[in-house]
Amino acid sequence: MNIIIPVKQVPETSNVKMDEKTGTMIRDGVESIINPLDLYAIETGIQLKEKFGGLVTVISMGPPAAERAVKEAMAMGCDGGIVLTGKEFAGSDTWATSYALSEAIRKIGTWDLILCGERATDGDTGQVGPGIASFLDISLATYVSSVEDIDNGLMVVERLVEGGYEKLQMELPALLTVVKEISYPRLPTLRGKQKARVTEVPRWSVDSAGIDKNRIGLNGSPTRVVKIETPKVARGGKIFAAKDEESLGRAVDELVDFLVMKELI
Amino acid sequence: MPHREVWTLAEAGEGKLRQVSFELLSRGRKLADKLETQLCSVLLTGSMSDEDLEQLIKRGADKVYVVESPALENFTVETHSNVLLDLIKQYKPEIFIAAATTTGRTLMPHVSIRANTGLTADCTGLEIEDGTGNLLQTRPAIGGNILATIKTPEHRPQMATVRPRSTRPAPIDENNAGRIIRVEFKNNLEDKRVRRIGFRKNEDQGIDIQSADVVVSGGKGLKKKENFALIRDLADRLEGVVGASRDAVDRGWISYPHQVGLSGKTVTPKLYFAVGISGAIQHLAGMKTADTIVAINSDPEAQIFKVADFGIVGDLFEVLPSLNEKLEEVRSR
Ligand SMILES: Cc1cc2nc3c(=O)[nH]c(=O)nc-3n(C[C@H](O)[C@H](O)[C@H](O)COP(=O)(O)OP(=O)(O)OC[C@H]3O[C@@H](n4cnc5c(N)ncnc54)[C@H](O)[C@@H]3O)c2cc1C
Ligand SMILES: Nc1ncnc2c1ncn2[C@@H]1O[C@H](COP(=O)(O)O)[C@@H](O)[C@H]1O
Repeated sequence: MNIIIPVKQVPETSNVKMDEKTGTMIRDGVESIINPLDLYAIETGIQLKEKFGGLVTVISMGPPAAERAVKEAMAMGCDGGIVLTGKEFAGSDTWATSYALSEAIRKIGTWDLILCGERATDGDTGQVGPGIASFLDISLATYVSSVEDIDNGLMVVERLVEGGYEKLQMELPALLTVVKEISYPRLPTLRGKQKARVTEVPRWSVDSAGIDKNRIGLNGSPTRVVKIETPKVARGGKIFAAKDEESLGRAVDELVDFLVMKELI
Repeated sequence: MPHREVWTLAEAGEGKLRQVSFELLSRGRKLADKLETQLCSVLLTGSMSDEDLEQLIKRGADKVYVVESPALENFTVETHSNVLLDLIKQYKPEIFIAAATTTGRTLMPHVSIRANTGLTADCTGLEIEDGTGNLLQTRPAIGGNILATIKTPEHRPQMATVRPRSTRPAPIDENNAGRIIRVEFKNNLEDKRVRRIGFRKNEDQGIDIQSADVVVSGGKGLKKKENFALIRDLADRLEGVVGASRDAVDRGWISYPHQVGLSGKTVTPKLYFAVGISGAIQHLAGMKTADTIVAINSDPEAQIFKVADFGIVGDLFEVLPSLNEKLEEVRSR
């Protein structure tokens, strides 16, 4: 059971600052982390390996520094990783990213399963997982909340959809995108960290991965970002303080009146 | 044949059209009018009568393309993708939009790869650019910190998924006329590698927080699991569902399908109540497009008050009981 996990390095957005004038993110001093939703894919991959044997390989497309994300995954227990990097990749949209990753995964050779995060917290599209499956023409299940069984080239999974859980039986090779419910990510171990430190992470370029330059980067991307703006957050609503019984009563009365006025009750 | 029509993907469940199908027609109508072209709804389904399909016409579709087959009864992306790709090749739509539901967000990327075109996820705004006629697709990104406008200048169709409940459903007009076109299902398009073998409803109450009109969410301020009863009580009174911050979910007070925010669900209800929630940027990302936001928090500096239309600075353990009492009073009037 060999498993491939594409992981993305994203800015740590919990206290992201925006440049009001340009509407872009101030990246200085912003730390990069593994896309938090990819940790669930990594944990799931490691658990499946523990159960069925095999190797877990992570792959990240991004700047050379994406090596950090790969090493972090290795510290958790993945066996190895690859960084797909080069200036040609810059500006790739989800179509081009899916293409590049699928070509690199083809090149890796033998694998049975690909696990992706539900979506990356920066781009927030969730399109790359299904995109890779589409390019590779393998079975796909998105929003997977549990892997119930793998036997004889068939796997049974549950996926979280509107109003419930759908059970699918699918042929391997397959790609799953997983939701948080599927696992609880373990912390890196000391041994894992040591191993990650001494292991060389190969860097693959456009040429070594056999990728068509015309289908990646800005030129290979069907979409274009034409404008970026910072939305106004503040609504400037009415605020009431409820300090004592009297002010509490007034605040609640005002709230109910407000809801009535808005025809919400 | 040039690319022309504007397409929307209709969704059905248990033999009935879903509300999002009508919301998309509301979006699609504006685009089609501006481009002076036809608005078409596409439905892949097990089976549906003309009478039911007429609803799409009454809500603005000039044409409805329907493909029926037992193979399309349940959603499996491979077969649905094959059929859509085939339709796209045959009829060459200019624009194709779907809802950003689990179905839309799975099917559309799968199709867009094979149709060799771009796709913009989870848009909140769609417009036609003057002059070029290109589709301008606006969506929040980086945890809702920015709004990016994206276009697909050279590839067709221009594809987008649209956030559910970000528009009202198109109104019914009994006088609208349109055509239902039944396209035969080609058996070779069935892909049997993935099969749906079961479904279980989420036993949890208030499961589908994305389609509720009212969401009442609780956060760490509730202090313990049992106190979520206060939230449920309020949600029941407002005929809404229960949501939660990530902190509340991580503590096991409530299950993950209730989580609102960047790593949970995005909701756009008419009314959102945030109780004991600080309003971290990742939480705001999931709810700040709600029509009306009410916040209850003991900290006057809490971020959540910035996005609130109505706020009460106070102890939720005093405010909620008092509010529930008052609502009871109003109701019995
Ligand atoms: C990558 C990433 C993704 C994330 N995704 C999400 C997400 O999807 N959804 C999400 O919600 N968070 C998400 N978070 C977490 C987010 O940053 C916050 O930690 C979280 O939203 C805080 O939850 P909270 O508001 O319940 O808790 P807190 O921030 O601890 O706030 C509790 C609030 O309760 C108030 N309070 C306490 N006692 C009372 C009382 N008696 N009466 C009234 N008010 C009271 C306090 O004043 C405080 O403001 C994410 C974080 C990261 C890094
Ligand atoms: N540059 C990348 N390198 C590796 N994996 C990626 C990359 N971008 C996206 N992914 C994978 O695709 C998933 C969805 O990302 P996205 O479509 O960008 O929201 C992520 O959780 C990753 O598993």
